[in-house]
Amino acid sequence: MAADGDRQPVDLDSILDRHARDPNALLQILRETQECCGYISAAAIGHLSATLDIPRVRIEGVAGFYSFLHLQPHGEYRVLFSDNITDRMLGNQALMEKMCQQLWLQPGKVSEDGLVSINTTSCTGMCDQGPAMLVNGRAITRLTHQRVQEIGSLIRNRTPLTDWPADFFDVDDNIRRSGPLLDNTCAPGDILRTAVALGGKSIVETVKNSGLRGRGGAGFPTGQKWEACRNASGAARHVVCNADEGEPGTFKDRVLLTRHADLVFEGMTLCALAVGAQQGFLYLRGEYRYLLEPLQAVLQRRRDNNLLGKNILAQPGFDFDIAIHLGAGAYICGEESALIESLEGKRGVPRSRPPFPVTHGYKQQPTAVDNVETFCSAALVMQMGAENFRAIGTAKSSGSKLISVSGDCPRPGIYEYPFGVLVRQVLQDCGAVNTRAVQISGPSGVCVAESEFDRKLCFEDLPTAGAFMVFDDSRDLFEVARNFVHFFAHESCGFCTPCRVGTAMLKQTMDKIAAGHGTQHDLREVENLDHVLQTTSHCGLGRSACNPVLHTLKHFRPAYDSRLKSLDFEPGFDLDGALDRARQMTGRDDAGAHLKTEET
Amino acid sequence: MSDTFQLDGASVPFEPGQTVMQAALTAGHYIPHLCYHPEFKPHGSCKLCTVKVNGHTTASCTLPAEAGLNVESDIDEMNGLRRTLVQMLFAEGNHFCPSCEKSGNCMLQALGYDLEVHTAGFRHLYPDRPLDASHPDILLDFNRCILCELCVRASSEVDGKNVFGLSGRGITKHLIVNAESGLLKDTDIALADKAMQVCPVGVILSKRVGFSVPIGQRKYDQRPISAQALDDAPRQADTGGSCDVCEGTP
Repeated sequence: MAADGDRQPVDLDSILDRHARDPNALLQILRETQECCGYISAAAIGHLSATLDIPRVRIEGVAGFYSFLHLQPHGEYRVLFSDNITDRMLGNQALMEKMCQQLWLQPGKVSEDGLVSINTTSCTGMCDQGPAMLVNGRAITRLTHQRVQEIGSLIRNRTPLTDWPADFFDVDDNIRRSGPLLDNTCAPGDILRTAVALGGKSIVETVKNSGLRGRGGAGFPTGQKWEACRNASGAARHVVCNADEGEPGTFKDRVLLTRHADLVFEGMTLCALAVGAQQGFLYLRGEYRYLLEPLQAVLQRRRDNNLLGKNILAQPGFDFDIAIHLGAGAYICGEESALIESLEGKRGVPRSRPPFPVTHGYKQQPTAVDNVETFCSAALVMQMGAENFRAIGTAKSSGSKLISVSGDCPRPGIYEYPFGVLVRQVLQDCGAVNTRAVQISGPSGVCVAESEFDRKLCFEDLPTAGAFMVFDDSRDLFEVARNFVHFFAHESCGFCTPCRVGTAMLKQTMDKIAAGHGTQHDLREVENLDHVLQTTSHCGLGRSACNPVLHTLKHFRPAYDSRLKSLDFEPGFDLDGALDRARQMTGRDDAGAHLKTEET
Repeated sequence: MSDTFQLDGASVPFEPGQTVMQAALTAGHYIPHLCYHPEFKPHGSCKLCTVKVNGHTTASCTLPAEAGLNVESDIDEMNGLRRTLVQMLFAEGNHFCPSCEKSGNCMLQALGYDLEVHTAGFRHLYPDRPLDASHPDILLDFNRCILCELCVRASSEVDGKNVFGLSGRGITKHLIVNAESGLLKDTDIALADKAMQVCPVGVILSKRVGFSVPIGQRKYDQRPISAQALDDAPRQADTGGSCDVCEGTP
């Protein structure tokens, strides 16, 4: 576990060989280097640069992009507290503070003995069993003061992670309501046999007739996407499953990959048959690292059963296989073109579109990128037929949808509903009472108040990728919005000016209001920022970054007004705040160390 | 005979493969820009060239020209957005024009004047960006970097050296150089490199040539950038070059 720069090149060669020294696998190679050495040393980068023939500046650039990769020693134990609003509501801040005290260190810093670092990270997808954390990339759920204290002791005693109590790493599926998708018991290969009999063109027709739309949130018609990919010219086609489930509050793909991995792969293989692809990728978010080995085992079983590989189901020429790529902490890689950049071993920056991935995707070849749930639903379409599938849901949103419920309710977890279910119905089923607001589809989605609880979850009304975060009347919606604004600033890729700077400015403004220095002027500035972000941002992240503020302002204005100073303008410079560093250095926080503030 | 699109009421001809920006500049129409350079493949990160096309806003440097497009550029709404973007770039870095060697030759400063950016608009972030004076002939002052990536593109595509690159993400994104030490002196950069000539602001400077032309007599001191950009522009863009380095481009 010790991070030893001299040792790295030796370990590196086995990693490099595992990836056939393919420059496209750079991110995977870096991730594995980090996993074995704790960080990516300058010597390691030199070795990779020479072996892969990639300039070191580009390798550093890739490593510097992803949150989970470190170019400096970052502790033998790297602790990251999930910092979604749902984790906060469950008390993650107090837990983190306690752990920092126990281990004598400050958040974001490495302890002086190089043992441990503690920091926060974006939502780890465990909102129904939080507060959660990652230790050296492994997910730990249901944190309590006692559990955090135990973890602190294990770290101090340098107990290897493999010897930690197994129940720390338990992840529950928490399925509360199932439907055709979660109840599916189809044997692996059955659906594929039906599909093989139909042939590629008919698969596309069937999926088109089913009205299936992408489950990742945008709702693009899946059949249309597959058809475009099938008809695009290219030397090779690819199928990519987007399992970079990064939208805070969403965790349904985690459950599908845990319980229905065969259905996911069946859907991908089906798609391969439909578009004529031979290579598939599952892009798995780094937070779900613990799923890698089980998923690899499923893939191997499918290869052994002739459901992957050469001449699948004894069909001459039906060749397809799936590789798993792990992300390394970058929400933006959920955007399909950024995901493809990441698959190619680059910084996860969204491409300029057009051209779209269906014609110019992975290695500039036609690529069908779909969400985990979409592939499952496509498999379901083949099993039950387009007509039966379309009979579920609403006119423009056919089928069922998995909703990830978290927040203030006694029964958080996964709920499967036909599209068109009312917000009120979901609230009732999860046992939520005194609900003030629901955040639909995560920070980039919408915040609905009680007056809108009779709206429907479907593409015609409230489109959703699945997140459903409940806030009761004890919650401060300003703090919810502020948490989301911090999230966007942290996850902006930094490519375009408006998003890179705008999200930082928005964060600064929200913090200013939180500190009690906000004025009406700041709210006007938010509106101006929103206009600039909406109209000039490169991708959806920037365009939706102001949504949390605008939506909460619309419904919960008093949460803001109560914090504002009555002045029309308050300078950003905080005289007392400027003494903060001096206070830190001297360890003082008494009245004499503060400027006397006069209330007006 | 080529097709045309409309730009602020004027008819602009274009060749297949040209973007709106390329066609506009070739035809003598100016659209404000920073990260676009006629000799490089456009990548559309600064967003200064945002225009309204058939009611939607988009960066004109990466938008493929199409017959019949109705492009609005020199309108209050677009210039207002550009003003805010310039304010953002000023607030993001540390720009002290009076003491900057590039003052008068700086595109960011010139656009600030041209777009009438009279106020800061935002609270400055005052980032900590130490400069790199390690190289005997070249100074890097990262305080002024606007992350346009022109030096990255020039060094990779023209010089074949990859001296520059980007690391970090979001507001911490920053320019880095190709050396284990992280210092410019340990790279193979040379004064004659294309990368030395493309910085629109004052990051990459030759040492010992400071203020050879007095401030007040420099390029954009003479005429506004909108009047001069066209002089440089109608060079044919190198659309054949592929770039797998710079961000956001396929």
